[in-house]
Amino acid sequence: MIIAMQKPINDVAAMVKDYQKVLLLGCAGCVTVCLSGGEKETEVMAAALRIKRRLEENPMTTVTYTATRQCDPEYIEALDNLVKEADAIISLACGVGVQYVAERYKDKWVVPALNTNFIGGSTLHGIWEERCGLCGDCVLHMTGGICPIIRCAKSILNGPCGGSQYGNCELGKDIPCAWQLIYDRMKGLGKLDLMKKFIPVKDWSMARDGGPRKARREDVIIG
Amino acid sequence: MRLQYNPNVRIVEMPCTGTIDHRVLLTAFEDGADGVFVAGCLEGDCHFLKGNFRAKKRVNMVKKILDEIGFGSERLEMYNLSAAMGPRFAEITNEMTGRIRELGPSPLNKGKEGDAA
Repeated sequence: MIIAMQKPINDVAAMVKDYQKVLLLGCAGCVTVCLSGGEKETEVMAAALRIKRRLEENPMTTVTYTATRQCDPEYIEALDNLVKEADAIISLACGVGVQYVAERYKDKWVVPALNTNFIGGSTLHGIWEERCGLCGDCVLHMTGGICPIIRCAKSILNGPCGGSQYGNCELGKDIPCAWQLIYDRMKGLGKLDLMKKFIPVKDWSMARDGGPRKARREDVIIG
Repeated sequence: MRLQYNPNVRIVEMPCTGTIDHRVLLTAFEDGADGVFVAGCLEGDCHFLKGNFRAKKRVNMVKKILDEIGFGSERLEMYNLSAAMGPRFAEITNEMTGRIRELGPSPLNKGKEGDAA
């Protein structure tokens, strides 16, 4: 899922300081699971902003709503009536949600409440780690299910660099060397010979280097 | 046991402090409370094992939010005591009421008549 974390409350407050009726829009997708932009977090942020504005003698009213997803136009369209009443919208979705909302409501001031950090998963309740580099050309079948693109600081594709020490990355002892993990796993699986296989240069044109990407599935396009 | 404590304390009963979420605490302040204290069971005595520890984390988070927005975290506190500790409850109540009296009415109650706490 997409992992996002809330911006400092004062930064969010500053973005809407000139608006009196604000819609706080949560998202029931990834940001609910990573506890940064779901129904509860949306209501907590609304309460904190209201208190702050009352202290500043510039009270604001808030409406909170959590959309099923903010990255699908059909769920954004359903918000038309709520948006009509609002002066500004704070989106507690990832960057995709903020852009979809801003795109539909061209006359509204739409601001993000979250910083979108990475694609990952949780290792413990409350701890999330990056696991996918979105390179567009997955190599996990060659690396024992461990991604060297994102878990190696240098995204090296042909073994560890000189900074790999005692199984850890030179960046810090809490970061395991991806290539050490790959080697250990391949050894455990008895597939070390795969690591000696010649692999052609990776096609990076499918990664972000080729500009904004589009995915298409002709068989499901309607209309 | 005839214990006396300040009468301006309103008790909100919860099944366990572990059911308290950030919104309950913030709403209390928005609705005009000058101070809020959460009375959880003694640490290690939770019937649900971790309820009071969870409450402690949430209270600390709300304290952080209150500091960030300039409201001040000293109006919120968590105490741990058992249901059999009447004298301690009265003591905490008086202690908290005293703290809030010193701080004065909540800044959200500005202009409103009445005693603090």
